[in-house]
Amino acid sequence: MLDKDGIAKRIAREIKDGFYVNLGIGIPTLVANYIPEGINVVLQSENGLLGMGPFPFEGEEDADLINAGKQTITTLPGSSIFDSAMSFGMIRSQKIDLTILGAMEVSENGDIANWKIPGKMVKGMGGAMDLVASAKNIIVAMQHVNKAGESKLLPKCTLPLTGVNCIKKIVTELAVLDVLPGGGFRLIERAPGVSVDYIRQATTGKLFADDDVPEMILN
Amino acid sequence: MINKVVSGADEAISDIENGNTLMLGGFGLCGIPENCITALVKKGVKDLTCISNNAGVDDFGIGLLLQTRQVKKMISSYVGENAEFERQLLTGELEVELIPQGTLATRCMAAGYGMPAIFTPAGVGTEVAEGKEVRNFNGKDYLMEYAFDADFALVKAWKGDTAGNLIFRSTSRNFNPVMAMAGKITIAEVEELVEAGELDPDHIHTPGVFVHRIFQGSAYEKRIEQRTVRTKN
Repeated sequence: MLDKDGIAKRIAREIKDGFYVNLGIGIPTLVANYIPEGINVVLQSENGLLGMGPFPFEGEEDADLINAGKQTITTLPGSSIFDSAMSFGMIRSQKIDLTILGAMEVSENGDIANWKIPGKMVKGMGGAMDLVASAKNIIVAMQHVNKAGESKLLPKCTLPLTGVNCIKKIVTELAVLDVLPGGGFRLIERAPGVSVDYIRQATTGKLFADDDVPEMILN
Repeated sequence: MINKVVSGADEAISDIENGNTLMLGGFGLCGIPENCITALVKKGVKDLTCISNNAGVDDFGIGLLLQTRQVKKMISSYVGENAEFERQLLTGELEVELIPQGTLATRCMAAGYGMPAIFTPAGVGTEVAEGKEVRNFNGKDYLMEYAFDADFALVKAWKGDTAGNLIFRSTSRNFNPVMAMAGKITIAEVEELVEAGELDPDHIHTPGVFVHRIFQGSAYEKRIEQRTVRTKN
């Protein structure tokens, strides 16, 4: 079973040289720490920056330079700044190659719910609905089951949706799964030491799995 | 050259009235019109509808207008950092419309570009789509979203000149240029106001035609919401 950094490490292996990538808040943010050596990736922050660098050194924080999580950050050689409309323009017109974001639920037809829990204070969707509606390639990083032990990979989402029929790949602490075009989850890889049966039990949605599913390679 | 300069925030916002709809630039606390917000609190106008990506924090930004109950409705994409906001929302004192961030930006853009509506895939199949026209283009569904109609846009720039031309700095640009284009009356506060001719025309982000009033702000706090740093080895 993987920890959060393990999930981030596995997702980092999906990033190809030359990709423009948008990372959501939470586990997706950790992916930046594991981008393989020798691969050139440009991180987009939807508040208006391409080429997001690491946190500034202490004392060098700039209140005018933040990421979409409102954290102080830095630019890199080749960075560019733009306004919010242009930022979502490059998202809608699919100039961003890969979007990685968290989720509360994903359904077997690729619907995602990640912004609202009825009865709880709603903070808002931020840019998530724009990202999932337009991105050509979305990977969800999430826990396979919730704190109550219930599967988050479902036949149908129970929470209010963020987007429909848009998720193609999911990485959890247990597995890598593809969402099949005709519906259903296909088990691609197991986390080290996790059995297919265990993953089957943790997945309420329709799961397609061979008897012999390879373990993830993390490095 | 048409001179757009006013004496300060109080004069700039003097004709904002109860019930007006305002756009306020900024992302989180980055690039917000601090001086105009302070002046609005002082003026005490009420029942404002505020279009802004976020709602500030309890004691800064739009949070200051919430404390004094001057806001009737917020139109935002994310409002997570404000306890007073949450209290007013739960008691029904405050109306909130949450919309996708790209939709928010593009509805501003549409207003500034003179287009009545846009089509966006954001929110298709979700509760955001309720009551909205859906159109299919090339096999994909899109929602029709209307351009915003705002009485005033309050924006913050880094530099500006007496002709109203604006230059923004770093990610404090965010919603400011699109809102500057979208207001019926646009008020710009800047950290440094210079004479027309001192800014290179090639470097202008917002042409002065969109800006009706400009003033040099003072005492910018530029508060940081999440101070994240690394240490030198």
